[in-house]
Amino acid sequence: MSGAIAKSYYWAGFRAGAPFLLVTVPFGLLFGVVATEAGLTSLQTMAFSSVVFAGASQFAALQLMIEDAPILIVIATALAVNLRMAMYSASLAVWLGDAPLWQRALIAYANVDQSYAVSINQYEDKPDLTLTQRVAFFWGAVTPVCPMWVLATGLGIWVGDAIPDWMALDFAVPICFLAIIAPMMRTLAHVLAALVSIVLALVLAGLPYNLGLLGAALVAMMVGAQVEVWTTRKAAS
Amino acid sequence: MSLTYIWTIIAALGIGTYLIRFSFLGLIGGKNLPDWVLRHLRYTAVAVLPGLVAPLVLWPSATDGAIDPPRLTAALVTLGIGILTRNVIAAILCGGVTLFAMIWAMGAY
Repeated sequence: MSGAIAKSYYWAGFRAGAPFLLVTVPFGLLFGVVATEAGLTSLQTMAFSSVVFAGASQFAALQLMIEDAPILIVIATALAVNLRMAMYSASLAVWLGDAPLWQRALIAYANVDQSYAVSINQYEDKPDLTLTQRVAFFWGAVTPVCPMWVLATGLGIWVGDAIPDWMALDFAVPICFLAIIAPMMRTLAHVLAALVSIVLALVLAGLPYNLGLLGAALVAMMVGAQVEVWTTRKAAS
Repeated sequence: MSLTYIWTIIAALGIGTYLIRFSFLGLIGGKNLPDWVLRHLRYTAVAVLPGLVAPLVLWPSATDGAIDPPRLTAALVTLGIGILTRNVIAAILCGGVTLFAMIWAMGAY
């Protein structure tokens, strides 16, 4: 009985997660192509996608590696890209915190932007779901997206050499990033944080060890948080 | 790029990213997180990614860092469509079409 109900929530999650394939597959494919072009072997590229398992940070790391940035800078900058997942982790913990540790350990690995977004929407819409139903929904949402990320990377390695120069593939990464950034501009705080990030990253581009981006990000983050404080205070008064 | 360089980065990012994902879910529980921390975490993606992309857009490697009108226009179109429609796929498609159309119009093919 409860197995059947859990199953229906699994498929509800699956349907909610499936549209993200349209982003995940081209993005994963692109990572395979770009990483191979940068000189990574197939094994290294596949390990990157399956071990790190976080697209935006993988591209960020790869870009810095191409620029020969020091190891610590590559790691710090790419991890900074992933810091938002601490927030995902915290807000999922409210709903899934009572699951057994081994389940939470697995959920943590698959906690990507897409699975987080659809799951948290579902949990907040239907706060009466049982823990089993919530976990089933999460795994449903993960199923279409996560394996395809790794498979698409493999496909990218495979087709990489066949992509002709005229396709201007160098610019596919910036275009993908911009398309992902644009919908994030939800509030004034987000917009100002993004602007500070852009201006400082350009101004500080000459800093040694590629420290510019990290510095720009730190300041931009504080600006975003501070603007949020001001705007909520203003709205309250 | 040396082997150690590549594998160290993959391993460190793998472990670090996992620990970030596991953090509150695995160890602490979400309710105890102070407001100001959550407030900063909300802006991490939007603080890092635009700064990462900006130099790639203004100083593309394909032109050895010279400003390139097709790439700059394509970037602005992608961003504009993305903000207006909030649709990632539509933004990527419009940006791509703009890029090819501009390169073609400027006679680079």
